[in-house]
Amino acid sequence: MEFGRISRRHLLQGGAALTLGSAFGAGGARAADTTIGFIYVGSRDDYGYNQAHAQGAAALKKIAGLKVVEEEKVPETDAVEKTIESMINLDGASLLFPTSFGYYNPHMIKMAKKFPKLRFEHCGGLWSDTDPKNAGSYFGYIDEAQYISGIVAGYTSKSGKIGFVAAKPIPQVLRNINAFALGAKLANPKTTTQVIFTGDWSMPVKEAEATNSLIDQGVDVLTCHVDGPKTMVENAARRGAMVCGYHVNQSPLAPKAYLTGAEWNWEALYPKFVKMIAAGEAIPNFYRGGLKEGVVKTSPYGEAVSAEARKHADEIKAKFLSTEGYSIFKGGLMNNKGKTVIAAGTDRGQKDPELEKMDYLVKGVLGATS
Amino acid sequence: MADGSIGLWTVPLAVFGGAIRVSTPFLFVSLGECITERSGRINLGLEGTLVMGAMSAYGISYLSGSPWLGVIAAGITGALLGALHAGICSLPRVNDIAVGIALMLFGTGLAFYLGKPLIEPTAARLPAIDFGWWSDVPQVRAALRINVLFLIGIALAPVLYWAFRTTRWGLLIRTAGESSDAARAMGYSVLAIRLRATMIGGFLSGIGGSFLSLFYPGSWNEGLSSGQGITAVALVIFARWDPMLCLWASLAFGGAAALGPALQSVGVTSGYHLFNAAPYILTLAIMIITCSPKRTLTGAPAELSITR
Repeated sequence: MEFGRISRRHLLQGGAALTLGSAFGAGGARAADTTIGFIYVGSRDDYGYNQAHAQGAAALKKIAGLKVVEEEKVPETDAVEKTIESMINLDGASLLFPTSFGYYNPHMIKMAKKFPKLRFEHCGGLWSDTDPKNAGSYFGYIDEAQYISGIVAGYTSKSGKIGFVAAKPIPQVLRNINAFALGAKLANPKTTTQVIFTGDWSMPVKEAEATNSLIDQGVDVLTCHVDGPKTMVENAARRGAMVCGYHVNQSPLAPKAYLTGAEWNWEALYPKFVKMIAAGEAIPNFYRGGLKEGVVKTSPYGEAVSAEARKHADEIKAKFLSTEGYSIFKGGLMNNKGKTVIAAGTDRGQKDPELEKMDYLVKGVLGATS
Repeated sequence: MADGSIGLWTVPLAVFGGAIRVSTPFLFVSLGECITERSGRINLGLEGTLVMGAMSAYGISYLSGSPWLGVIAAGITGALLGALHAGICSLPRVNDIAVGIALMLFGTGLAFYLGKPLIEPTAARLPAIDFGWWSDVPQVRAALRINVLFLIGIALAPVLYWAFRTTRWGLLIRTAGESSDAARAMGYSVLAIRLRATMIGGFLSGIGGSFLSLFYPGSWNEGLSSGQGITAVALVIFARWDPMLCLWASLAFGGAAALGPALQSVGVTSGYHLFNAAPYILTLAIMIITCSPKRTLTGAPAELSITR
């Protein structure tokens, strides 16, 4: 159920609008400093996706002259348009970060057209030439970090069965599952990755049930792509399985079971964006980066990770960091229905936009996208 | 099996395990609501009570280190919310359903607000009793790690069934629910009976919430309940206000919640959205089968605002 629409913020803003509006007129509330607005789809301390962005926002708060306004639990509906408008009109925000996937089209595009002088940066969207120039989309190739996690998981699993608790079969999730599974197969070609879709971003009971079902099937290493990995991590650790984290470092939740994890590094990227704007540089409308660009990172290895696994994972990580780079999705790749999805000889580099339209699960993944 | 997998047996085992793991909040909320509705009032606010219970249990367990204190705190929080509902409803011309919806929003909102600092810390959990010691299959052992709250809930259902039929206060609650005039003629205050019944209902719902945050899934976050409180209120209606049927219905709902993930884990992947919706389909199906335009629902207390 979604009660986020009537937040305390809205009420306060309503009150503030009345007083400020009459005292200073429409523009009076704006300060000389830059105000940046962050919008989250869930709770900003969810040990997951939203917390990662909130950590990025917190890094901006430390910079002098910047004011950060935040609103959480904004649904992916026209509610986000109202939030954007109120951040612009009431708080004077000139740079906005609507951070959830579903905010992009049509909501943020519409707002970017309405406020052509302001800057909009969306996480995960696919900016194309037909979209407004003051809108941009950025994202991290977190599948690189998932690939590293997969290698570690492949070495650690004794049963050769790895579990993946996923929210929805959208391209970003599928890409993570596939990268994780390919990494695991690199470590041990016989590894299978069993995926369970829970149907939504935050379903703690379903996530716990999925975790238990996977472990009942003999899975001994798990990871996930849901908004808050806490449920999976804690329940898997209780059953004695190992885990790889996602979004932020969850090792404090299960220090013994935590192997490594794929983390966002927004606290490095957001200040970089702000510096670019301050220096008058244009942020590319379509901004992507992986381990090399510092947009994503991996958690430090846990104590259960073998020396062999560390060595192999570090080797691959060094390749990602090198100037030549490394491709996870290479030709001769079959999906789990036996169809070739990347023809032999084709090398889909990380920046290939085709990968952002992924709609298949690779061979070795047990599960279906629909 | 040699590789530690139990193959297709996962599905019945998961449904069985799910019935035990997931059903407890349904059971406590539905039994609590059963008492409240039998006294002639509907408290739709139990979703909020459940979430408040989960939050306060987690908070108290974290601060005190004792999960049982958390359970008690959750019960008291629930009883207070119940008293609030009953207090507002005892004013003239107040609609209990509208108050319930307001309290649902209030409870969840307050829990989210107060629960903000509790999302990160890890609180002490309730212990599990190992009933699977006889089995050497780890999956069975895991499914049979049962929390004592579940056992209390199971015991509570027949006790309530018996109490409604044979005890004095059971009769009083039923009288207040069937005919407030009769209760008044006997010299009892209907409002006082309903106040107590709603407080007990809130108390049980709060404890149901403590199970969510302190046992399974076992941590506090804002998506924790995902509508289980409101489902449990609906469950009372198709359980026909009968505590024993509430028990079976809760178990069925728990099992149904486990069905979707379990089927995917054994490779039945098509239509998982449908299986995930199993609890709701079950509700609809039972409602359609059991309703009739010709008569009011059997077992419905006559004083309820939906039947009156």
